[in-house]
Amino acid sequence: MSTDHVETSASIVSVSRHEHDIDTSNYLKAGYTLKSWLLTVDHKRIALLYLFGVTFFFIIGGILAFLIRLELVTPKGDLVSSDTYNRLFTQHGIIMIFLFLVPAIPGVFGNFLIPLMIGARDLAFPRINLASWYMYMAGALLTVVSMAMGGVDTGWTFYTPYSTTFSNGAVVTAGLGIFIIGFSSVFTGLNFAVTIHKMRAPGMTWFRLPLFVWAHYATSLIMLLGTPVLAITILLVAVERIWKVGLFDPSLGGDPILFQHLFWFYSHPAVYIMILPAMGVMSELFSTFSKKPVFGYEFIAMSSLAIAIVGFFVWGHHMLVSGQSEFAGLIFSALSFLVAIPSAVKVFNWTATLYKGSISFSTPMIYAFGFIGLFAIGGLTGLFLACLGMDYHVHDTYFVVAHFHYVMVGATIMGFLGALHYWWPKMTGKMYPEGWGQLAAIVIFLGFNFTFFPQFLLGYLGMPRHYHEYVPEFQILHILSSAGAMILGIGYLMPFTYLAYSVFYGKKAPANPWGATGLEWRTPSPPPVHNFDSIPTVDSKPYDYRTIREELSHVARA
Amino acid sequence: MSLGHSAASSPYLAHHFEDLEQQKTSAVLGMWLFLVTEIMFFGGLFAAYAVYRTLYPGPFHAGSHLLDVRLGGLNTGILIFSSFTMALAVHSAQLGKRRLLILFLTLTMTLGCAFFVVKGIEWHHKYVEHHIPGPNFHFDGMQDPKLVQLFFVLYFSMTGLHALHVLLGIGAMLWLVVLAMRKKFSKEWYTPVELVGLYWHFVDIVWIYLFPLLYLLGRH
Ligand SMILES: [Cu+2]
Repeated sequence: MSTDHVETSASIVSVSRHEHDIDTSNYLKAGYTLKSWLLTVDHKRIALLYLFGVTFFFIIGGILAFLIRLELVTPKGDLVSSDTYNRLFTQHGIIMIFLFLVPAIPGVFGNFLIPLMIGARDLAFPRINLASWYMYMAGALLTVVSMAMGGVDTGWTFYTPYSTTFSNGAVVTAGLGIFIIGFSSVFTGLNFAVTIHKMRAPGMTWFRLPLFVWAHYATSLIMLLGTPVLAITILLVAVERIWKVGLFDPSLGGDPILFQHLFWFYSHPAVYIMILPAMGVMSELFSTFSKKPVFGYEFIAMSSLAIAIVGFFVWGHHMLVSGQSEFAGLIFSALSFLVAIPSAVKVFNWTATLYKGSISFSTPMIYAFGFIGLFAIGGLTGLFLACLGMDYHVHDTYFVVAHFHYVMVGATIMGFLGALHYWWPKMTGKMYPEGWGQLAAIVIFLGFNFTFFPQFLLGYLGMPRHYHEYVPEFQILHILSSAGAMILGIGYLMPFTYLAYSVFYGKKAPANPWGATGLEWRTPSPPPVHNFDSIPTVDSKPYDYRTIREELSHVARA
Repeated sequence: MSLGHSAASSPYLAHHFEDLEQQKTSAVLGMWLFLVTEIMFFGGLFAAYAVYRTLYPGPFHAGSHLLDVRLGGLNTGILIFSSFTMALAVHSAQLGKRRLLILFLTLTMTLGCAFFVVKGIEWHHKYVEHHIPGPNFHFDGMQDPKLVQLFFVLYFSMTGLHALHVLLGIGAMLWLVVLAMRKKFSKEWYTPVELVGLYWHFVDIVWIYLFPLLYLLGRH
């Protein structure tokens, strides 16, 4: 049976080679024209399109962050006007959240790896996958266009009545951009969920799935359930703004708090859209670089689902001082503490995985350790903020800014860069320079803490967010933060350079450079167009290092 | 596995699926998940409706009384009947009866258009009576006109969004009819018909909720 299959696919390969001179044994070489990229339905090529997209918008968001930190070096607002400053931090937030953090890991690594990891030839709906990239790009460009149209000054949260009544910015254009990106997110989630349900290779049972796949499954559920609520909320803001009717305008009987409820119903779970994929990456990294099966596999898998589910019931912690009832605040506070449990389960299991492992400090592993550090600080300060009394004190201060940068930016960036280095050999067929990789990882980790740790102190001392003028006492901490941002910026530039370099001059990567388990490492680097010559059959638990070690020694002897 | 191989020769099978069964169940699951996102999408609006109706029961009753129950009821009947013809269309596709499929799809589309005509008449009435929210909104009565206007903002948002879905459904059916005329469907493969069928039933069900929530307030 299987030889039959191989024969047919081999004959197809030879025929197509003959006719179009296309090399299907390497997805990167299956066409060099622009059309072969822009109209591709290969999940691996779409992943690279996403990589291009999210990197591009990350740079724009980073430039805005640079301008913000530059302004904050002095206590006086001397670089930009207050109005411009409002637009700077709004655009920085919108771009980094909707154009980078949300799509980054699912769009690039989810797309590339899920079919490979479960032993499928593609995602269930390849054309919808391509459409999702186009929607992402269209929405993202529209959001950037709104910047040219005068920008938005409401903050990324679009709170009413700022956004509906008072803002003089391009709220509707930016909102439309985010609405379209939302479709892209829904399509991605739908594709992942169906693929994981229906396209697993024979023997690939649910509890043999790599934890990366479990994390993406949980993520896709949040994308499917949360994103539409954000979409309708944006639509209602647009209705109110365009037709001047009051859905959220208190003078017309509307309730601005309703907007906050609807907005955070999506936007709290959205934090998990950003961070769950990063957690999935971590499970793979900790296992591979300590050469041990992940400790408590089932607990990590289920904690992803638990985070996705409980995450939908905590949104009110963003509104503890908004005027929602004290009782609601109490419940939301308690539930927010609950959601820390599955997160802690993961962290403890990863650290337990290290126990008696043979740990290697390769670049991806440094990012993994960085993740633990940043996520622990970000997560624990989140518990501070979920306390009613503490939140009254630090609400709307830099403490909040520092917290969410640690937890969603820090953790997601560590996940993204860790994944980028770990799967770079698979995606490009080239090795990156290890020494440079390690150096950059350390610089980024230090730069990140340098930038954001002073902001905890600033916030605790009372520096409000969203202000570009402040009392001189805060200057030293702001200078520290801005200096850290420079280090962080240099850290980000390093991978850009050496990864680009490695594409052309890097050492050729073997199929399995890390001695890792997982089906993606059992196909050549880079993989052939159809991923596997014949669909593999899975007959063991995930993270089975004994088998892999034997196989690799066989290869070495041969 | 052997089934997969015999079906692998089917012209309907995309390269990345093992067999037609897998391909079909994937598509159907995808549609169900899409409908879940639709429920959440409308859910946001229903939540807003629930909040404001609880806050302002009087004005909502007053607003509801300004709607035409007979036209709304007529549209309810039209959509329920169209769900029936849609089910017949899917059934015909299952049996591979092409002419019947085209007939029932056309019938369903016609009913969808009829729904639109009735809706258009209702919206026109609202325009004539100055019940469209905005500067020209006018309401004489005991209740605060601002709050009655809020009812109409929700009425137009909800029925408008629903109407958009009806329109997309009609478009999808038009595409199905073209495919059917080109003899693209067979007993073996008619997945698009089934997907559009699911979608159409969903659109009907949304209306089944909208009708009492908007038209029947306080009418016992
Ligand atoms: Cu939150």
